[in-house]
Amino acid sequence: MVVEVRLFASFREGRFKEKELELPEGSSLGDLLARLEIAQKDAKITIVNGSAVSAEHKLADKDVIAIFPPIAGG
Amino acid sequence: MAGYAGQFLRVNLSTGQIDKEKLDLELAVKFIGGRGLASYFLMQEIEPDVDPLSPANKIIFATGPLTGSTAPTGGRYMVVTKSPLSGTVASSNSGGFWGAELKRAGYDFIIVEGKSDKPCYLHVNDGSVEIRDAANCWGKLVSETTELLLQEASDPKARVLTIGPAGEKQALLANVMNDVYRAAGRSGVGAVMGSKNLKAIVVRGRGKLKPARDDESKTVLKSVLKKISENEVTSKGLPTYGTSVLVNVINESGIYPTNNFQESYFPTADKTSGETLAEKYLVKNTACFGCPIACGRYSKVGDVEGEGPEYETIWAYGATCGVDDLEAIIKANKWCNEYGLDTISAGATIACAMELHQKGLIDPDEADGPALEFGSGEAIVEWTKKMGACEGFGAKLALGSARLAEQYGEPELSMSVKKLELPAYDPRGVQGHGLQYATSNRGGCHVRGYMIAPEIVGLPEKLDPLSLEGKAVWVKAFQDLTAVIDSLGICLFTSFALSADDYKDLFNAIVGQDLTTEELWKTGDRIWNLERLFNLKAGVGPDQDRLPRRLVSEPIPSGPAKGNVHRLPELLPEYYKERGWNEQGLPTEEKLAELAIA
Repeated sequence: MVVEVRLFASFREGRFKEKELELPEGSSLGDLLARLEIAQKDAKITIVNGSAVSAEHKLADKDVIAIFPPIAGG
Repeated sequence: MAGYAGQFLRVNLSTGQIDKEKLDLELAVKFIGGRGLASYFLMQEIEPDVDPLSPANKIIFATGPLTGSTAPTGGRYMVVTKSPLSGTVASSNSGGFWGAELKRAGYDFIIVEGKSDKPCYLHVNDGSVEIRDAANCWGKLVSETTELLLQEASDPKARVLTIGPAGEKQALLANVMNDVYRAAGRSGVGAVMGSKNLKAIVVRGRGKLKPARDDESKTVLKSVLKKISENEVTSKGLPTYGTSVLVNVINESGIYPTNNFQESYFPTADKTSGETLAEKYLVKNTACFGCPIACGRYSKVGDVEGEGPEYETIWAYGATCGVDDLEAIIKANKWCNEYGLDTISAGATIACAMELHQKGLIDPDEADGPALEFGSGEAIVEWTKKMGACEGFGAKLALGSARLAEQYGEPELSMSVKKLELPAYDPRGVQGHGLQYATSNRGGCHVRGYMIAPEIVGLPEKLDPLSLEGKAVWVKAFQDLTAVIDSLGICLFTSFALSADDYKDLFNAIVGQDLTTEELWKTGDRIWNLERLFNLKAGVGPDQDRLPRRLVSEPIPSGPAKGNVHRLPELLPEYYKERGWNEQGLPTEEKLAELAIA
């Protein structure tokens, strides 16, 4: 399956802003984080198609995944 | 009397009388200080139904007991008055250095009454307080005024609070600026200064502030500083990218209002994000008094430079105006600061005008400037200048979106609550945050109970933003704790790292009290109810606990949060119950007696 991955803030450093990635069927968000070498504890905000999900969440073809480090503001 | 200066100034601009009055410690502790205590004074001293721009209104510049102390971020002060924009109580909060300087000069508050017969400013130099002629700086921009007044003070260490031309002309979106770039932004407090012919307050203080309990204070400070330095938001996220790091996360969550809330996803948001700001325009970080976080940005585009823009500003001039030109946003921000306009309300009002234009409701000949087209960088910059100067159609915009939309027969196109423009989060995708908007005592505001923290960024724990369960409880807790933090005189951003226990420990060590955490929460509740009472007496009742019709009846049309509306009618009864109010949203006699504000 092919998913669109968007990285933000410090996760862009040494990686990318936005990329399509091919993943094995049945991959979870945790699997994706491992491939990106992002520790689960550092990925504080993970959004798939607009909804916040956890590392166990199973990904699907054409998912849009946004991954953020701990941030806040206002 | 540690923590507090122990006295305040009362300045009557009609008579020229200046008095120094003693602060009642018991009363101060009851309302903490700042927002809470100043709201109490306002309630006692003016009729809530007074015309906000008349001499009978008062304006209070208030510090909290931690302002100027060694507590981290202890640089906050508040401008408390009756808002000419919303008709509610206003408490507009700012950082920088002015508040700490006022405390060091020996005053907790300045209460300004009446109206001067000519432009004037107040000069406070420790014990010496004078009303001076402001003819030289009337009409001048904020940076020019600051420079002139520092020259007149002959003291580069003095701190200047001032209004810009917008406040002088009583634009209802006018703010109060201090230290050139920091703003008490919301609720039109600058117009109240302008109505009194009060241009500025220059302060120089040389006093030393000591905590009541030295050893206890050192222990508490060490503990809270450790928490702030170990928290990833306060030690990494905010210092590295500033508040505008939120642009992408709010957009990816599908709650980034676009084109005046017609959409909630802005495809090119990243062009205006904190990441892009850091990459292309950031010169340096800046920090307010005593702040270890340093979220401030100093940016530069060509010959335009200065602090900001913050997240809310980037949204107000960006997505909701359909603009992805960060250079134009930086320029619009600069003009807001120079003319003394609230960036949120100014940008959101232009967005409202753009939708009125889109619907063919504004005669192009009447709008004597760049076409009010969504996406126009030129429009946001040029209309900001015209609003600031109250020129032509800009004078109409300077009265805010509620009055503008009403004039063109479409009041629901103003994305505001209680006439205060909503900030940068679409409540249709964050139910708790929407409830907080609807019930905020100053109207459409995000910093009266920042539910984005739990609903989107997961602090202190992650809540489902679309669920209604428990949201009334959370909103009340966030509103009450925020009232406490504001009143203490420190920055809300500390709450990403600190808890109510930490605030209680800071207060007790610095002021020398033995408040329990439960009593602190109750004080927050007391302040909230006091503000509610003011609004009720001012004629802003429960019928105004609402959201614009679009947000409760038109589902988000596209993007990640597509299909949602805000479910306020389901949440409001639970909220009233949680507050201990009756079904009509009125505080009960029992509740007021429990809080000792009956």
